[in-house]
Amino acid sequence: MKFMLLIYNRPGFVEELSEAERTELFGEVDAIMAELTASGELLGGEALADPAQTRTVRVRDGVPAVTDGPFMEAKEHFAGYLLVECESTERATDIAARWPDAKRWAMEVRPVMSESGTEM
Amino acid sequence: MSRDAPAEDLLRELAPQVLGVLVRRHGQFDACEDAVQEALLAATVQWPADGLPDHPFGWLLTVADRRLIDHWRSERARRNREERLAAQAPADEQVAPAPDGESTGAHDDALTLLFLCCHPALSGASQVALTLRAVGGLTTAQIADAFLVPEATMAQRISRAKQRIKAAGGRFGTPAGPDAIERLRAVLHVLYLIFNEGYTASSGPDLHRTDLTAEAIRLTRAVHRLRPDDGEIAGLLALMLLTDARRPARTGADGALIPLAEQDRTRWHAGSIREGTALVTDALTWGPPGPYQVQAAIAAVHAEAARAEDTDWPQILALYRLLAHLSPGPMVTLNQSVAAAMVHGPQAGLDLLDTLAGDERMAGRHRVWAVRGHLLELAGDREAAREAYRTAARRTTSLPERRYLEIRAARVGGGA
Repeated sequence: MKFMLLIYNRPGFVEELSEAERTELFGEVDAIMAELTASGELLGGEALADPAQTRTVRVRDGVPAVTDGPFMEAKEHFAGYLLVECESTERATDIAARWPDAKRWAMEVRPVMSESGTEM
Repeated sequence: MSRDAPAEDLLRELAPQVLGVLVRRHGQFDACEDAVQEALLAATVQWPADGLPDHPFGWLLTVADRRLIDHWRSERARRNREERLAAQAPADEQVAPAPDGESTGAHDDALTLLFLCCHPALSGASQVALTLRAVGGLTTAQIADAFLVPEATMAQRISRAKQRIKAAGGRFGTPAGPDAIERLRAVLHVLYLIFNEGYTASSGPDLHRTDLTAEAIRLTRAVHRLRPDDGEIAGLLALMLLTDARRPARTGADGALIPLAEQDRTRWHAGSIREGTALVTDALTWGPPGPYQVQAAIAAVHAEAARAEDTDWPQILALYRLLAHLSPGPMVTLNQSVAAAMVHGPQAGLDLLDTLAGDERMAGRHRVWAVRGHLLELAGDREAAREAYRTAARRTTSLPERRYLEIRAARVGGGA
């Protein structure tokens, strides 16, 4: 089963960390990435640039409105994702739980819709 | 992907046998597999140019053996081991086999290779990948394509699987006693998974995945030839043939799924149905049946009916009862509830479905809701049927299935 693990955090939080905290955080990320690569479960993933660079587009009655940034009140933002293929939802949840952002903010685990279907 | 069909078929037939002989002789799966890959590569270059050798098996074995030894020579650290191996090997194994020496163990070697690839230390996904590569002779790129994952991912998965076999001390020998039965079960399950991966995806445009059903049938056929007296192998082959026979009728022109009851049965593949039905009918007379035989028998009963309404539901219900006895599970109960509804009315099916309510394995599964919707529709409760279909549509992770369920929900209408 394929899952997208969505990473949520607060923009700019990395700058507020001490050197030791930063090292620990990236160490955890490196360890999980190495494990997922070795097991062949990692399909891909990307980190997203700062929300300050984001544009949000809404078309209403045929009129597009383009605004800066995705958020009005939100303190958390969608910061990136991992795409994994693993045996069960439980395994996907375990991976998400070990991602450092899960401890401070949140990870979302979402099954990916497939193009194939079983017989009715 | 164009293919030189006869040569490629021959190579894929011979590759596992050559690999089996090498691993038995030298004991290093990883290195032997690389050597066989190199020999196959050499064959694809030389055979079309020079013509088929008189004894392709001997040719491949000799080339692979030579590559393996070259490889060891090139690594000084391995030299001692090589010498030790050479000293230990019996004299008759030092001699290259006669060119026509289809060594008597070649077929058993292929089966043992399958056992090794389905090593219990591996996850199901790794067993499938390794089997397709080592026994099926597919390239890593082809396997990655079929499973819609990046090639690097599949390469990692395969290399990791090989390491795990090594770490688990995967000995190259035919498992004996109860272990053999357990391992054979794993092999059949892996073949079944390969088939399903191809079959559930055949609605898509990707031909590689239809290749997977063909590959699963080819490998199961080979295992059946090695063990023709095993009823479950025959049963699994029959099940695949009977299921695959429906493929032309399963999807509409737009790729939408067509349920069994609405399929144009004249488009079912008659040859596969004949072969599958004969296989399972014969196997069922050998002794107590196993789950694959019973599932094949159910598929055969469906295949017998020229029209959906001619289906012999009492017989199918009886077979599901037998299956529930042999290998009970929520999916069996689910299918049995449909058969029960067809024989005893929708309420009987719904009652059986209710027994799954507390089953954690089925919690969140969309299929229970799809079947509930179908049975409620049969019972005339349109409102509840629509809600069940909608719940099922929300829970499936398959796009074609979701479309199908949404159409069903719309079709039963609301509040009528």
